[in-house]
Amino acid sequence: MTDHFFVALLLLVNLRLFASSRMGSLIRGAAAQSFLTVCLSALLRDGGITAESWIFLIVSGLVKCLVLPLLMFRALRTVGIRRDIEPFVGYRVSLFLGLGAAAFSFWGVVQLPLPGGGVNPTAIAAALLSMITGLFLIVARRKAISQAIGYLVMENGIFGLAPSLAVHSPLIVEAGVLLDVFVGVFVMSVIILHIRQEFKHIDIDRLSELKD
Amino acid sequence: MLWILLLTPFAAGLASMAMKSGRARRFLLVCVPCFHFVCSILILASESGLSTNRWLGADELSLLFLLSTSAIFTVSSFALNLFLREHENPEKGAGRFSHEAFFAGCVLLLLGTTTLAILSLHTGVFWMALEATTLASAPLISYQRSSRSLEAAWKYLLICSVGIAIALVGNTALAVSTAFDAATQSTPLTFHALAERADLLHPVWLKIAFAFILVGYGTKMGLAPMHTWLPDAYSESPSPISALLSGTLVNCAFLGILRTNTIMLQAGVGEYSGGLLLTFGLLSLFMSGWFILQQGDFKRLLGYSSVEHMGILAMAVGAGGGFGVLFHSLNHSLTKGLLFLVAGNILSLYRTKSTKSVTGILRVSPVTGLLWLAGFCAISGLPPFGIFVSKFSIMLAIGSQARWGILGLFLLALGIIFVGMWRIVIHMTFGAPPESHSFVETRIRPGIQDIAPIILCSLALLLGLWLPPPLARLIERAAVIMIGGA
Repeated sequence: MTDHFFVALLLLVNLRLFASSRMGSLIRGAAAQSFLTVCLSALLRDGGITAESWIFLIVSGLVKCLVLPLLMFRALRTVGIRRDIEPFVGYRVSLFLGLGAAAFSFWGVVQLPLPGGGVNPTAIAAALLSMITGLFLIVARRKAISQAIGYLVMENGIFGLAPSLAVHSPLIVEAGVLLDVFVGVFVMSVIILHIRQEFKHIDIDRLSELKD
Repeated sequence: MLWILLLTPFAAGLASMAMKSGRARRFLLVCVPCFHFVCSILILASESGLSTNRWLGADELSLLFLLSTSAIFTVSSFALNLFLREHENPEKGAGRFSHEAFFAGCVLLLLGTTTLAILSLHTGVFWMALEATTLASAPLISYQRSSRSLEAAWKYLLICSVGIAIALVGNTALAVSTAFDAATQSTPLTFHALAERADLLHPVWLKIAFAFILVGYGTKMGLAPMHTWLPDAYSESPSPISALLSGTLVNCAFLGILRTNTIMLQAGVGEYSGGLLLTFGLLSLFMSGWFILQQGDFKRLLGYSSVEHMGILAMAVGAGGGFGVLFHSLNHSLTKGLLFLVAGNILSLYRTKSTKSVTGILRVSPVTGLLWLAGFCAISGLPPFGIFVSKFSIMLAIGSQARWGILGLFLLALGIIFVGMWRIVIHMTFGAPPESHSFVETRIRPGIQDIAPIILCSLALLLGLWLPPPLARLIERAAVIMIGGA
C-alpha cells in the first residue's frame, strides 16, 4: 500500500516538473523526486536488504536530495536567473504533454511482457514517466541549468526503473553509477559557470556558433 | 598485471593535478602512456591474466582494442607535450591545481577510464567506465575557454551523458531478460555469461535492450542521427585531444555495441540487431556524405569523416563482417589520429580552420602537405594503406552474402564522400599560398611536431603492406569472439 502512495506522489512531482517555470521550484522538484525514488527503491527491496545496501541508499539519498540540489542552487545564485522565460514549449502545453506522457507510461507498461515475482507495474510506470520528464526538460527548456536538472531527473527515473523491475545490480556498480551522476552534474555546473562568464547568458538557443 | 595497467593512469592523473612543477607534469604525461603501452605489449605477449569469468579481464577482443588505444595515446602524448609547451601561460603559471594541471590530469584519467572500459566484462562496470570517459574528456574540449569550445563542451557533455544514460536502460532490460527462466535467474551480468546462456533469455527484452544500447552507445560512437556533438567537439578541442577522442574513445563505445551484438547473435535475434546496425550505419554514411560535400572547416571535415567510418563499422557488423570490421577500426584509429595531428600543425601555420583560406600547404611546409595528402589517401581507402585492405574485406563480406543492394548503397556513399573530400584537400594542398601572409612563417624543414604524425603514417602504411602474423592471429581470434565462438 505504501508503495502506491509513493508512486502517486512521484507522478504528481513529475507533473509539477513539467509545469514549473521558476528555477528554484524546478530544483526542489528534482530533489523531491530523488527522495521519493530512493524511498521507493528501499520499499521495493523487500526482505533482501542488507546493511551495505542501507548505507548505499542513505548515501545516494544524501547526494541526490541534498548535495546536488545545493550545488545547483549555488550555480543558480552565481548565474543570477530566477525563471526560464519563454521556453521552447509553453508551460500550459507542457502540463498537457505531461499528462499525455503519464498515460503513455501506463500504457507502455501494460504492453510489456513482465517477469513474475517482485515486479511492481505502477512503479515501472512512474519510473518511465520520470525518464520522459527528464528528456522533456532537456529538449523543451531554454536555460542550460534546466537541462542539467533534466539530466538529474532522467537519471532518477533510470535509477528507479531497476528495483521496480526487481533487478538488483551489484552494489559496486550502483555506487559507480551514483559517482558518475554526481561528477556529471558537478562538471555540468562548472561548465555552466564558464558559459556564463564567456557569454553573459546561459540560453541554449543562443549557443549557435557551431553549425553546418 | 591488469591492475597495474589500470591503476597507474588513475594514480598518475590525480598526482599530476597536485603536482607543482609543470616540467615534471609534462614528463609524466609522456611517461605514463609509454608505460601503458609497454604493459599492454607484455600482457599481449604473455597472454597471462586472460580470464573472462570475472568482471575485469581481457579476451582477444579487449586486447586488440587495448593495443590500439595504447598506441594512439603514446603517440599523441608527445604531441600533447608540445601543445602544452606552446600554450604555456606565463601569467597564471602551471602550479598546483592550475588550469594546465587539470588538463594533464584529465588526459591521464581519460587513459585510465578508457582502459577500464576496455577491460570491463560486466555490463554495469562497462557503462560506468564509458560515462567516466565522457566526464574526463569534457574539460579537455573546453581547455581553450573560447566561446566556441565551451559551446562544444556543453553539447558533448549533455548529449553524450543523456545518450549513455539511455544505454543504462538497455542494461536494465538485459537484466530483466534473465528473469524469465529459472536457469538464468542467477546469471552474472557479464557479456560472456549472458552470451553463453543467450538462448534462454527472453527475446522481447533482449530486443528492447539492444535498441536502447545501440542508441545509447551509438551516441558516444557518433552514429547519425545522434552524431550532432561530434563535429563540434572534434573541431573545437586542441588537435591532439581530437586525435585521442577519434582514435580511442569512439572505439570504446563501439566495443560495447559489439559485445552486446554477440549476445544477440547467440540468442538468435541477430537478424533484428543486424538490421538496426545496417540502418544506422547507412544513415551515418549518407548524412556524413551530405555534410562533407558542403564543408568549409577542415577539422569539421575530419569529424564528419569519423561519422562516416563509424557508419562503415556499424554497417559491417550488421552485415556479419568479422576480420574486416576489427582491422578497419584499428586502421581508422591510426589514420584519424594522424590526420588530426597534421590538422593541428596546419592550424598553427595558417591560424584558420577555413578550407577556403588554406592553400598551397605543400609550398608552405612540404612535410605537412605530404602527410596531409597521405592521410587522406589512407582515409579514403586508396591502395597502399591499411584502410584499403579493411574496406575491401568488408565489401567481400557483404558481397559473399549476395546483399547487392546494400553493397551498391555503400559504394554510392563512399563515392560521394570521396569526391567531397578530395575537392577540399586538393584545393588546400596544391596551388600558391595565400597572398596575405597571415601565417607566421614557411616551414620548409621538418620539425619536431612532424614526428608523431610520421610515426602514425608509417604504421597506417605498414598495416596495408604487411600485417605482422601475431597481430593477424589476434584479430582473427577476436573476430571469432565477436560472432560468438569460443
